[in-house]
Order: sequence, then C-alpha cells, then structure tokens
Amino acid sequence: MTTDDAVKATEAPPPPDRRTTESRSFLRHFLYLIWSANTVVVTVLSVVLAMIIGAILIIVSDADVLATFAYFTARPSDALTGSWDVVSAAYADLFKGSIADPEAVTAWLNGTGTWQAVFTPISETLTYAAPLVFTGLSVALAFRGGLFNIGGQGQAVIGCITAAVAGFALPLPVVIHVLVALLAGLVGGALWGFIPGILKARTGAHEVITTIMLNYTAGLFLTWLILQNGVQDPNRTDAISKTVDSSAQLASFGGALRVNLGIVLAVLVTAAIAWLLSRSAFGFEVRAVGANPAAAKTAGISVAKTYTLLMVVAGALAGLGGATQVLGTAHALTPAVAGNIGFDGLLVALLGRNRPWGTLLAAILFGALRAGGNRMQSFSGISLELVTVLQALIVIFIAAPALVKTIFHLRAARAARLGASMAKGW
Amino acid sequence: MATATVEDLTEVTAPNRFWDRRRRLGAALVLLGLVAAAVFGAVAASETARFTLSENAEGAALSINGQFGAILFGIVTIAAGVTLLAGVARKWQTTLLGIGIVGFVLSFLCWQVAGKFLPLVDTASGTLELALPLILGALAGVLGERSGVVNVAIEGQFLMGAFFGALIGTMATSVWTGLISAAIGGLLIAAMLAVLAIRFLVDQVVVGIVLNLFALGVTGFLYERLMQPDAQTYNTPPQMPSWRIPGLADVPVIGPVLFDTNLLVWLALILVVAVHFGLSRTRWGLRTRAVGEHPTAADTVGIRVRGLRYLNVLVGGLIAGAGGAYFTLVATGSFTKNMTSGAGFIALAALIFGRWTPFGAFGAALFFGFAQKLATYLSAVGSPVPSQFLNMLPYLATIIAVAGLVGRVRAPAADGQPYIKS
Repeated sequence: MTTDDAVKATEAPPPPDRRTTESRSFLRHFLYLIWSANTVVVTVLSVVLAMIIGAILIIVSDADVLATFAYFTARPSDALTGSWDVVSAAYADLFKGSIADPEAVTAWLNGTGTWQAVFTPISETLTYAAPLVFTGLSVALAFRGGLFNIGGQGQAVIGCITAAVAGFALPLPVVIHVLVALLAGLVGGALWGFIPGILKARTGAHEVITTIMLNYTAGLFLTWLILQNGVQDPNRTDAISKTVDSSAQLASFGGALRVNLGIVLAVLVTAAIAWLLSRSAFGFEVRAVGANPAAAKTAGISVAKTYTLLMVVAGALAGLGGATQVLGTAHALTPAVAGNIGFDGLLVALLGRNRPWGTLLAAILFGALRAGGNRMQSFSGISLELVTVLQALIVIFIAAPALVKTIFHLRAARAARLGASMAKGW
Repeated sequence: MATATVEDLTEVTAPNRFWDRRRRLGAALVLLGLVAAAVFGAVAASETARFTLSENAEGAALSINGQFGAILFGIVTIAAGVTLLAGVARKWQTTLLGIGIVGFVLSFLCWQVAGKFLPLVDTASGTLELALPLILGALAGVLGERSGVVNVAIEGQFLMGAFFGALIGTMATSVWTGLISAAIGGLLIAAMLAVLAIRFLVDQVVVGIVLNLFALGVTGFLYERLMQPDAQTYNTPPQMPSWRIPGLADVPVIGPVLFDTNLLVWLALILVVAVHFGLSRTRWGLRTRAVGEHPTAADTVGIRVRGLRYLNVLVGGLIAGAGGAYFTLVATGSFTKNMTSGAGFIALAALIFGRWTPFGAFGAALFFGFAQKLATYLSAVGSPVPSQFLNMLPYLATIIAVAGLVGRVRAPAADGQPYIKS
C-alpha cells in the first residue's frame, strides 16, 4: 500500500496547533472532533452527498418541476416547493420500502393490519442483502491478500448454474438437498476462481484482466446452457430453466415475507471469514502476502500457493452468493439470474473497508437502497436506476476520501483508515 | 509493475528454457491444424462452399469443395506450425503465426459454408461495422494507458456517448451535433476518471468499474424519465448518412466496404494511423510513452506528468464517446438501457490483445468484429456451433494472451500507478 503512505505524506496537514485547540469552547472542540474525518463521518457524508446529487437528478428529470424554474425569479416558492415535494416523496418511499412504513405500523397497532406487513420492508432489505454479503466478502477477502477480484460476477453466475442444476436434477431428501445444492454453488464458484488464481501464480497474468474476461465468458455460457435440453423448462419457449425442487430451496421465515435462510447463512459466513482472516494460519498468510509479497516470500510463505488458494476461497464465496440468489429468491435460471450482484459486491467491499463485518453492514445498506428503490419505482415513478447512481456515487466518495475532505474541508486526521484504494495497476 | 513482481516471486520464468515462445507457438499451431484437418475435415460435407463476391447467391464467387478445403487449410496450419518448430528467423515468426491462424479460420469456414454460400462483401462490411466501436474504444484505452492511466471505464464512455448522441442529436435534429455531443458525453466520464485517478489518487480500476455503474445508472435513469415517456422529442436521433466515393466504390469487395460507408469509419481509420504516427514519431508521443513507462524520469527532464495524463485521458474520452455514437447514430435508431452490453470490455480486450499499440488494437478489434459477425452468420444458417461460444472468443483469446500461453503481452510499466510529485 505504498500509495496510502504517499497519500498520508502528501495530504496530511500539519498537526493542529495545540494552544488554539485548547482555547476553543467545548462545543467547538466537539465539532472539531466530528469534523476530523473518521470512517463513519466520511461514510455518512458520502451517503448525504450522493443523495443530494440524486435529488438534483430527480428535479432535473421532472418536466413539471423544471417548468416552474422558468419563472424562478418571479415566484421562487413554486420551484422550491415543487422540488421539495418530488424529492421528499421519493426519499420517503425509499425509507418506507426498506425500513418501515408508518402506515403499516399504525395499522398493526390498531389491529387492522398484520405483523407481516410491518416487517415486509425489513424482509425485502435482508433478501437483497444476502447475496451481496457473499460477493462482497469475496472481493474483500481477495483485497486483503493484495488481489483485486473483479470476477465476482462470473463466479456468482457459475455458482448459480451449479446450484440450480443440483437443485432440479438431483433427487435428494429435504435437508440434504439444499446442503448439496449450496455446496455445488460453492464448488462452481471456486472452480471459476481457481482459473485466475492459478494463472496469476503460474504466469503472472493480472487477475483484473483475467477475471473481467471470465465474467463475460460465464455470462455467455449461461445464456447457452439455459436453452439446452434437460436444462430449459420443457413447458417454456423462452430462456428459463426448470424450477429448483422445493426441497432445495432456502426456506423462508414467514408466509408472505420473502426473507430466507440465506441471510442467516450470510451472517455465519461473515463470522467464519472474520475468524479466518484474524485467527487462522491461512488468514495470516493472506494478510502477509497482501501487505508485502516480497517480505512474505522471504518469511517462507509460498506466494503462488497463497494467491491460488485465496482466489479459490474468494470464488467459493461468490459462488455461494450465486447459490443463495437462485435457491433463495430466483428459483430458476434466467440470463439475468445473477443480476449485478458481482459488481455490487465490489462496491459493498469498498464501502465496508474490506473488513468482514463492515462488508455485512454495507451489504445491508445496499439491500435497503434496492428494496426502497423498488417502492420508489412503483409509488413515485422514479426509475430504479437512481439506486444504481446513488450506489456508484457513494462508493466514488468513499474511494476518494480526499474528495469528500476537500468538499467539506475536513481535517485529514485518520486518512490511512479511509484509503480503500489500492492503486497498483495491471 | 505488479505483474513483474509476481513473476519474480513465483520463480516460473527461467531464462532460455526449451519451450520458448517460438516452440510454444509452433506446437499450438500444429495442434490447431490437426484439429482442423481431422475434425473439421471429417464432419464437413463434401459439397461446394461458395464465397460470393456479390450480395446474391448466384453472382461471381470463389468456390471450393467444403471437405477438401477444410483438410487443405488444416494442413496449411500444420505446415506453418512445423516450420515454426523447425526454427526460422525471428522476423518470419509473426507472418507464420498469421498464416497458421488464417488457415485455421478458413478451414473452419469451409466446414461451415459447405453446401451454402457466404457473401464476402456483407461479411467484410459487417466486420468493420462491428469493429468500429471497438477500434475507437481501444484507441481511447491506448491513449490513456500508454501515459499510465488504466481505463476500465470505456464501457461507461460508450454508454454516455450513445446517450448524449441520441438525446442531443434528436433535440438538435442534426446527426453532426449528435456526434459532437456524443464525444462530449465520453469526455464527461473521462474527466471524472482523470480527476479521481490523477488528482485524488484513487485506484484506477476501482474508479473505472464504479464509473461504468454510474454511467449505466445515469443513462438508465434519464432514459426511463425522459426518453421512454416521450421518445419522439428525445429519442429519435437522425442516422449518419452513408457517403459513396465515385470510382473507388466500384472496386470489388474493398470498394463497397471502405468507400461506400459513413464518416465514423473513416474517422476511426484515420485516428488509428494518426495515433500510431503520433505515438511513434512526435514529441507528444515520446513524452506520452516516457510518462507511461517511467514518470519520475520524465518529470526529471521537465515533462509535466499529470498534465500530459490529463490531456491523454480527456482526448481518449472524446474518441470513446464518438465510438458510443456508433450505437445510436449508426447501428440502431434509438437509445435503450445498457445498449452497449459489454462492448466496452471487448474494446478493453482488443487493447490488451493488441499489446497496447494502435495497429495491434486495430487488428484485434477487426478480429473480434469478425468473430461477432461470424456468430450472427452461423446462427442465421443454423450451424451446430453455438453463437455464444464464438462470442466468447475475444475474452478467451485475451486470457490466453495475458497468460503468456502464446506469446506475452506487457503493459506500460507505470500503467495504473498514480504519480505523486515529490
């Protein structure tokens, strides 16, 4: 991470003058601490900034509101209230769709609604979050070993394929079937991760290039496979596979709620990865290689072996994410079955600062945005794509802490912890 | 460069080993030739394969017996491989490799076309048209990466270019305004890439991927908010006219392909030559290469490293944006969500496969364009070869190239490393 040190060296301002700090009032001192740019502050500011830009996009693309800006100087209240209405309605829907809908809560308290209606938003959030936890962990783990796994998408696609095929082709009893299907997804992803790993270790082929190329290869393979006999749903002519047996589907919790065992599995795997990184011999090797491959080699760690194994584990995680997606919610293969979970996982890992529990929280935030986005689309008529914009913007601000600091004039106190970037090129 | 460190660490590249590049290439060609002669020859129908020079099936054509052709060209590939294995002067190696690959492709074609016909003009112009955005995108990549800025955001620049081309082109009802605004759309993404990567030192691959998502989101959002409700006002861009140069356009095969086409094709071809000339012969090119290989040394002799990187990335953005115009102003008459569907990454593959050089990228783009064109042809004639596997070709070829299984590609030494002036 030479760049991070360099960033510190060039960007860190001179230490604040002690006397001026002490002479400040308590409130100013408190504000100073808030302002001194820790991880949480930058994350919150990034989300706020992204939502402000999102609001501008909503206003600019609304013809009615835009028309009121034409006579802004004559009657500014029209434009301002119009903008406020459309933006606040959109963001209120974002909240109602992802966390809680006040109407459903009051209805439940009055006895007219059901508890399912109250928990539906949370359920949706966790449903969308579960696969992202896995793909996010995949990227985060590889990052810690100094590898940039852009192949989460391809690995998840292959995980979807193997899990789904195991799900509808194998006749197995209830509990065993879902375990076997998950395992199949894990193995599929691991295989797809093994290819860039072994190429990196053996030939030095850069994993960014090989994983990008393998993403699209996996996607094309999926579109071909779906149309083959034995895979395609015999009752359909379009590109959709047979449905996964109910014995292989991840059980959901309660009737109308979609949330399923996937999120439980995600929390367990997060704990396992946290343990693996900080407590196991392999985790130590990964961190050593990530920090300095040359030093790790001198210390007797096989860098080639670590790279290969690391990519296998990362691929397995992403494959598990694909399996959760297809066994938990999709239940059948379609060309877009994996959605964008691989690339979203990359953003999630960056947002979570490449730490396992951070990644889990980031995935839940992204799940919430997605779940709220669905409601925003159907209630306020604001395209779901706004969520993609918000997610990308949040990560741009996270990845460029210097940018947020410049915008808000933050003191660069703990810049090193903010440096999610790696900057090493091909 | 990260790749070099890994090589050093994993003690695999021993010097002067027996299976050097020449022998591996030779062995690979012999293997390919054997597959072609044995497999393609065995399954090919013993009927005439016609490669017609005109649009219809009856006109003048080059014809050959399918089975005979498959075996013959397979043997050509084997011969090229054996010659390489036997050992030839270095300057002939690339030629032999080319002959071998062409032989393999022809053998494959003889098998597929046996009993049918393949219109050459249509294939050639289709190839060039499909390669057109790839050429422009890869050139944008060449400019950025030769000066040390990795550009994974070509896809985003395409999308933004396509969107702006459609939107402004429709509103101004002028295809040329559309083309210019498409270039500016690409410039927007390039500017974000440049500022974040050069000024704020963010990892360039991260920025690229995130900017792709950003472009996908913004264009998708505005498409659903503006274009879908009112396509007539916002999403019916005029189409780029085809210009015919009298005389030259009557030359068989080459004429209709090169001289009866739109401006964007000529622009791409001129840019390939211009970038090649610029990089290898001008002061700007020398400085760009210096900045991409060893920025510290370049800075020492007074070259403005960051300034040059800004310039190159921004010019690249203009070119990639113009490449995006292809999607809305040439190929289809309207913008749709995520319409580039990975073309930016094929352009990236062409850039890497073409070894970060303009002519290399041009050749790779043509090759990938041909593969795509062939895929559509094969699915149209109901070939047993699935089109998805032909579409995988660019990606697989690039993996093989970077893994050094056949030859080895090498990125500019400082590619992706931000420069911090000390």
